[in-house]
Amino acid sequence: MGFPLPQSTTAIETLHFDVVIGGIPVRVNTGDPEFLAILQNRYAGFTGDSGEPEIEFDIDLQAPKNIADDAPVEVTHRHGRWCLARGDFYAEWEPASRKGSIRQTANPYSIDAVLRIVHSLVLARQGGFLMHSASAIRNGTAFLFAGVSGAGKTTISRLAPSDATLLTDEISYVRKHDSGYIAYGTPFTGELAKLGENVSAPLGALYLLAQGKENRIDPIPPADAVRGVLANILFFAQDDDLVQSVFRSVFEFVSRVPVLRLTFMPDSRVWELIG
Amino acid sequence: MSTLFLSRNPRVAARALDGEMMIMSGKDSTLFTLNKTATILWQSADGTTPLEEIVEKRICAEFDVEPAEALQDAVKLAHDLAGHEILQISDSPFQQGKATGDSR
Repeated sequence: MGFPLPQSTTAIETLHFDVVIGGIPVRVNTGDPEFLAILQNRYAGFTGDSGEPEIEFDIDLQAPKNIADDAPVEVTHRHGRWCLARGDFYAEWEPASRKGSIRQTANPYSIDAVLRIVHSLVLARQGGFLMHSASAIRNGTAFLFAGVSGAGKTTISRLAPSDATLLTDEISYVRKHDSGYIAYGTPFTGELAKLGENVSAPLGALYLLAQGKENRIDPIPPADAVRGVLANILFFAQDDDLVQSVFRSVFEFVSRVPVLRLTFMPDSRVWELIG
Repeated sequence: MSTLFLSRNPRVAARALDGEMMIMSGKDSTLFTLNKTATILWQSADGTTPLEEIVEKRICAEFDVEPAEALQDAVKLAHDLAGHEILQISDSPFQQGKATGDSR
């Protein structure tokens, strides 16, 4: 019996970090402490140590290179595995094992895009969605303000009174529960570049924004509500089943949540109509 | 003009709301809202009923239009809907069970 041989390799310490958005913890494993610090800064307020994450990604950091992050996103599903690709990242995720990997450079924007896509896929299966909309809580109820770029999401967020809690000025997070829908704060920011508060509340209404010469709320026909919701949902996957699931979810959402037209002028008095 | 048979593409999602038939493509998530005639074609696209019969029994019964003219328009519309992958068209009946799209 001899002495044990010395180890010829050195274990690389893996650091992990949980990003918790919408109550869903996503663990990111990296061996790079500088990248970990970038993530901790980017997702401050949306962290936690969940013990048992819903999804776990290993990060494979690449050397910096010039790749535009405005390239088209491709999201495909093959053999039980999602493949997410853009010019600046490539990621895979296998829902059955809850594990995946992300290949990217050490920047916060690529992983941000991956998280948005992954959450949109998770929510699509559960009857929820991510939506291009600002959202805020007032008097215990959440309200969404949806519209394309320039519709007024940032403006309505900026005009919010001090008793309103901003959930996001850009991308809202909506989950379906037995009793209705819950809106959650997100770290996904728009022009305000301010993270939402990591809180949630039952959803009271969705307002489709229109800028005008007065502040008013009008009902809209259900079919227009469906079109308005669909036009603002973030959905990336080329997948028949998931598209059908999202389509059904939107009809259910419109049947349960008031969807209204909010015409407003850039004036804080619009908030007198909300909540 | 040869007989056409129509079948709903099972890869689209469809739902009627307030009299409007809304269809979403599974391929690229494009949303279509069908007009009344297109809605009739969608609802009647069982894969086995000839287009002439759909035109005669559904379209001419609902609209004041000459059968020959209605059929010509219906053929063009069916091809348009097939081009958007909403309907599938064939000059022979589809096998039973192929028309799986939701007609609601």
